[in-house]
Amino acid sequence: MPDTIPGSLRAYLHGLPGVDEVGVQRRAAGLATRSIKTTAKRQAIDLAIRMVDLTTLEGADTPGKVRALAAKAVRPDPADPSVPSVAALCVYPDMISTAARALAGTGVGLASVATGFPAGRTSLEVKLSDTATAVEAGASEIDMVIDRGAFLAGDYAKVFDEIVAVKEQCGEAHLKVILETGELVTYDNVRRASWLALHAGADFIKTSTGKVTPAATLPVTLVMLEAVRDYQAATGRQAGVKPAGGIRTTKDAIRYLVLVKEIAGDDWLDPAWFRLGASTLLNDLLMQRTKLGTGQYSGPDYYTID
Amino acid sequence: MEIFEYAPAPESRAIVSIRPSYDLFIDGEFVAAESDRRIVSVNPADEEPLSEVAAAGDADVDRAFAAARRAFERVWSPLPGAERGKYLFRIARIIQERARELAVLESLDNGKPIKETRDVDLPLVAQHFFYYAGWADKLAHTGLGTRPLGVAAQVIPWNFPLLMLAWKVAPALAAGNTVVLKPAETTPLTALAFAEICQEAGLPPGVVNIVTGAGDTGRAVVSHPEADKVAFTGSTEVGRQIARAVAGTRKRLTLELGGKGANIVYDDAAVDQAVEGIVSGIFFNQGHVCCAGSRLLVQESIAEELLPRLRARIELLRLGDPLDKNTDIGAINSAAQLARIRELAAAGEAEGATGWSPACPLPERGYWFRPTVFTGVTQAHRIAREEIFGPVLSVLTFRTPEEAVAKANNTPYGLSAGVWTEKGSLMLWTASRLRAGVVWSNTFNVFDPASPFGGYKESGYGREGGLLGLEAYLG
Amino acid sequence: MAETPPRIAVRRTYKLYVGGAFPRSESGRSYPVTSADGSHLANAALASRKDVRDAVVAARKAFPGWSGRTAYNRGQILYRVAEMMEGRREQFAAEVAAADGVSAARAQELVSAAVDRWVYYAGWADKISQVVGGANPVAGPFFNLSEPEPTGVVGVLAPGGSSLLGLVSVLAPVITSGNTAVLVADERAPLPAVTLAEALATSDLPGGVANILTGRLAELAPPLAGHADVNALDLAGAGGLAAELEELAATTLKRVLRPGPEDDWADADPGLARVRPFLEIKTVWHPIGR
Repeated sequence: MPDTIPGSLRAYLHGLPGVDEVGVQRRAAGLATRSIKTTAKRQAIDLAIRMVDLTTLEGADTPGKVRALAAKAVRPDPADPSVPSVAALCVYPDMISTAARALAGTGVGLASVATGFPAGRTSLEVKLSDTATAVEAGASEIDMVIDRGAFLAGDYAKVFDEIVAVKEQCGEAHLKVILETGELVTYDNVRRASWLALHAGADFIKTSTGKVTPAATLPVTLVMLEAVRDYQAATGRQAGVKPAGGIRTTKDAIRYLVLVKEIAGDDWLDPAWFRLGASTLLNDLLMQRTKLGTGQYSGPDYYTID
Repeated sequence: MEIFEYAPAPESRAIVSIRPSYDLFIDGEFVAAESDRRIVSVNPADEEPLSEVAAAGDADVDRAFAAARRAFERVWSPLPGAERGKYLFRIARIIQERARELAVLESLDNGKPIKETRDVDLPLVAQHFFYYAGWADKLAHTGLGTRPLGVAAQVIPWNFPLLMLAWKVAPALAAGNTVVLKPAETTPLTALAFAEICQEAGLPPGVVNIVTGAGDTGRAVVSHPEADKVAFTGSTEVGRQIARAVAGTRKRLTLELGGKGANIVYDDAAVDQAVEGIVSGIFFNQGHVCCAGSRLLVQESIAEELLPRLRARIELLRLGDPLDKNTDIGAINSAAQLARIRELAAAGEAEGATGWSPACPLPERGYWFRPTVFTGVTQAHRIAREEIFGPVLSVLTFRTPEEAVAKANNTPYGLSAGVWTEKGSLMLWTASRLRAGVVWSNTFNVFDPASPFGGYKESGYGREGGLLGLEAYLG
Repeated sequence: MAETPPRIAVRRTYKLYVGGAFPRSESGRSYPVTSADGSHLANAALASRKDVRDAVVAARKAFPGWSGRTAYNRGQILYRVAEMMEGRREQFAAEVAAADGVSAARAQELVSAAVDRWVYYAGWADKISQVVGGANPVAGPFFNLSEPEPTGVVGVLAPGGSSLLGLVSVLAPVITSGNTAVLVADERAPLPAVTLAEALATSDLPGGVANILTGRLAELAPPLAGHADVNALDLAGAGGLAAELEELAATTLKRVLRPGPEDDWADADPGLARVRPFLEIKTVWHPIGR
């Protein structure tokens, strides 16, 4: 059920406190200097692995590619059974049935992008049927895109209603709402879009499709973490955050975890509430994990390319 | 099981080698003091002695001024500005090369977190020398004259030891003066490391002289008849004494003294950034900052929303080992300063304000004080009027912009102020009415060598930084 | 038929100028003023410590308004002062000749120079910021601007030996930037100062911006130097009291302009040498972002 917002949506969203760009960037840069070593690094790497939404969203995706990635999602390092599974596999709708078969019984989630991903420039009917197809095929999580055009044109009600409709179509599936922050540009817009999506019923808010530059950044994620923190304080409902795109190294991932810890708090340090949308990140996490275990640096040839 | 807790991440202190004892730096050499008094510099984080330095006596100070006078007349002032500048560029580069070592040394001697010495103090020190180096051959373009004053007597505080040295030494040398500098009693070590850097740079002997010591040495330095210029950063009380001592002489004087900065938060502020600004305004460097935003003036209509956010943010501050890279709040610099902070905090409670601190554990040894926020403070309370120079914030409320400005200005000090609003015209209205030398709007505690810094009223006179920073050293 | 009796001239009473009004000294005292050659000219008000206090109150009260005016407006008003002086130049010339002991021709020159000095500082009013302040290129995403502001209430001890030109040369640079002044006129030659006050009162200078006291330097200067609501001192006429006054000023850390050996007031282009000491530089930072 979407929240009821008294008065006009525009007045509400524009009444949110502003975000000072320089201030938020300095805060993010300051947190990026946190030094995560030894036990903390070990904890962070395993947590990050468990938060990965292992993603392939290419025109060239094939059943073979998706099956290989599913295997990797379940057991990221075949040589080391102590490595946890990732949170979910994230694919296009037409790959869901393949992925569902590969993941059956593993506990790894299955996410599908939908609603005319990545541009979202189709009718609501198409978006809803896209969503319905994905859910029917077995997706447990839907990553929808918002109508950035409508948002930037100030038609907040259209964006809101679309999210509400998609959420309804999701049924039991969790809804992640992609804001595509690289197209919203300002932090004020990111904050407004975050609250709009949360009030419309989003289970997660997600930064990016990965198809637009810039994708996820630390300050954008910081603003979104503030939104879910404050939204919970205001409504009692907890929602998650998913930065996606451009997160490639263990160092990147750990910086996001530091943000989660210090902005939203320890309650969000859980795959149920924070995800990292990534493809190549996983191998770097595995390499760093090995380094911590053995004390020796590892190399890419020792990890599978899927 | 712990999900994700930061492990200790100490910076190695092996990078710095501290001698067991240091002599005075006079005429390009480390020379034994004639005075036999010594001062022990301790690490405020564990109270262990770091080194022993000389307490220069009158005869030592005489020697230093004689060397500075000689160097001024024979070497430094006749040297073409371009060549003086090159020495300063050299010094800037050596500081950059030895930045980590100096950062560790500063954290050990001062107690401030390595995060700050590494990311704030040292970069600014190098930048300051780099900035003024470029002025040395351009004095004719300043509109302030080109003649140096002579020998500058400089006394600096313990809160930013090496940075305050840079603020004093770089413009003095660029303008063609020579200096006799006295670092603070509790933080002499980076100044002595700077002496080594002067040697490494090949700076002509006598251009920079460093005499360590306590108050007596400082008095001897500022009242020395060979001083043409006195520059002091420190407490307003000592500043007053110096101003009296200099009265009736030909010595030029600049003073950078205390403050009781107001940080004004309007109800339309970018709240999350304002919270950050309040925190950095008062907890940066344990609040040992003359321009600290030690009075939070928050518009009553937003106080109830802001204060819980502020407390939640303060809960996250990590207090402890200054050398740990994740430490946000380090040690109080000295037992004496800790006693002063405790006394004023106790006065706050006694006068009826309500103190709050996060439940962070304090290390067993060393000098520590929890970040503290007082609410229910009125203008009449001592904690709203006196400079605490520690991590203690006094919160007051206001209703209208007029009231905010009136309260902000209602102090004999006038060094810094902050304004938080998303409305540009209100920011400019407020900034133009604040009687303070530095106004940070939608930010706080940022510094730059190109940006003049200094106070109104009893916060002192003269500016450091920028073109105007040369005014103090040209005649 | 009786002869018409000779008309008795109406003599002027030389009073203080405080808060735009012309009070006598609250002490009710006056003192005789003589010309350079020793002949009696008039009685001047002998101001007291309490007159100093009243003048500081008036100056403080006038400060927000005067400093809040546009620089253009201050410049226009200072120019208006020059106009008012020009209209009374014969009176000034006569008083200067008597006070300074100079020839009538030299007195005319000194009056001209004094008028020109107002014009000079009138022109400075809206240029000081551009010369002294400006944008600073800081290494970060900030707009950083330094701007000079007036220090506040300035105590001015007018120099001896130059009863009008010296007086104008120390008063005009103080008020052009927006300060308000409490000025102690040359003890020996105060009459041109009182006449200047009358010219100020008929210009558009708001009351309290310039307050002019006549009397004993040794009586008036110490309370002025020690007054906590005075922000700065120009000791041009302090003479042997300079060191003591500077020490008093230190109590509240007043800005002090010491008397200079070079103060001969002849320079028609003194620049900002007497303006800068009574400015505070305010630097404002603001982030640049979206």
